[in-house]
Amino acid sequence: MPMHVELVSPERVVFDAEVTMVLARTIGGGDVAFMEGHAPFLGALQTHTMTFFLADGTREVAAVHGGFISVVDNHVRVLSDMSEVSSQIDVARAERARDAALEGARLDTDVEHEAALRRAQARLTAAGVVTA
Amino acid sequence: MAGGQERILRRRIKSVESTKKITRAMELIAATRVVKAQERSSAARPYAESMTAVILDLVKAGAAKEHPLLQQYPDARSEAIVVITSDRGLCGAYNSTVIRLAEQQIAARQAAGLGYTLFVVGSKAQTYFRFRGYEMSEVFLDVTDRPTYDDARAIANALLPRFEAGEFESGVLIYWRFLSAGAQQAVVRRFLPLEVEERDESGTGGAPAGSSELEYEPNPTVILNELLPRYVEGRIFSALLDASASEHAARQRAMKSATDNAEELKISLTRVMNRARQDAITTEIMEIVSGAEALGSDRGNPDSLLPEGLMPRHLFAQNLDPSDPSAVRH
Repeated sequence: MPMHVELVSPERVVFDAEVTMVLARTIGGGDVAFMEGHAPFLGALQTHTMTFFLADGTREVAAVHGGFISVVDNHVRVLSDMSEVSSQIDVARAERARDAALEGARLDTDVEHEAALRRAQARLTAAGVVTA
Repeated sequence: MAGGQERILRRRIKSVESTKKITRAMELIAATRVVKAQERSSAARPYAESMTAVILDLVKAGAAKEHPLLQQYPDARSEAIVVITSDRGLCGAYNSTVIRLAEQQIAARQAAGLGYTLFVVGSKAQTYFRFRGYEMSEVFLDVTDRPTYDDARAIANALLPRFEAGEFESGVLIYWRFLSAGAQQAVVRRFLPLEVEERDESGTGGAPAGSSELEYEPNPTVILNELLPRYVEGRIFSALLDASASEHAARQRAMKSATDNAEELKISLTRVMNRARQDAITTEIMEIVSGAEALGSDRGNPDSLLPEGLMPRHLFAQNLDPSDPSAVRH
């Protein structure tokens, strides 16, 4: 029996599907993979990509900017303020954002730039433009 | 004269008609907006429900309740009052009701010798409070027509740091709660400090009874600390969505009664106008009759009073009798 996954933003359900495995990165910095029958789990996510291995064998990658993941009873729920699946990502905009963040980070070391850079990179990785 | 009155009435009817067209259009637009706002509100529900379920789990798991948002600040003298109104009018008592509730809240605090800090959403409350000299801490405009999560976050960001600094003893949201398209309710809701009580409602969000045996990464306290500000943002966001749906519903109702009124006004004005026109016609006939009478008596024939006098035969040249002195005058 595959797991059910829901990617939920405050405004709507961004993505839901049947999956065999979910790969995510928590705040501690470690990647966690969830498969069917995983113990109940609750974690805070880092701004990173998240990979869903769909039940039909294909893969869906999403950029998730912070948030939480809860796994209960083969039911994965990802709560995130901002999240996009690869098809919704505006690549040109993400590239502009990355360049602006790189430029800003060169001028001063602000956490804002670092966060913006991480967001842009997560987007670009999810969109398949750059490899992680 | 009588004809002039008819013209004035005709002009008024026209203006009422065009007003009616506008109000009808606004009613229809509001009706579709209500549906959209409702959809948005139900689309936002999964997030809010999951959020609540996760927090309950964390509390059950014994996460430390040391987060600033969970603390009581009894020394603070002020209360954060968030008033949610619309940017545009023509929605009945929608704005005035919320503003009245806010004023009552402020008056109650002042009577108790306590302070308040106003966070105002919507230009209607802004103009009202500015005109009456209330002090507003922050104003958020252009939000309620189509609230986004970013709007909610902006409000939360304006408010939470000050709460965490111990400036407010509590926070309330004053807005219209959307129950259904036909029923809304103006409410004052306390949202700060957060009160997380352990309840036996593990059913929310589909979490099974044994969910307190979760694995956490990182530990529950860290997750809870991350989660609480999001939770407040979510509360504000759902209030904004409710307010938006209620606003459109209120506007729809107000515009419906305006359209009905215009229709009624149009009918009664048409009635008055018809009477005025009839009056004018009657007067004209009277004039013609008396004119004809005068002509008849001119000819000195009292027998050919009405029918003959009204015959237009004098108007046609071939009927002219050169010997008839009265015919020449026409």
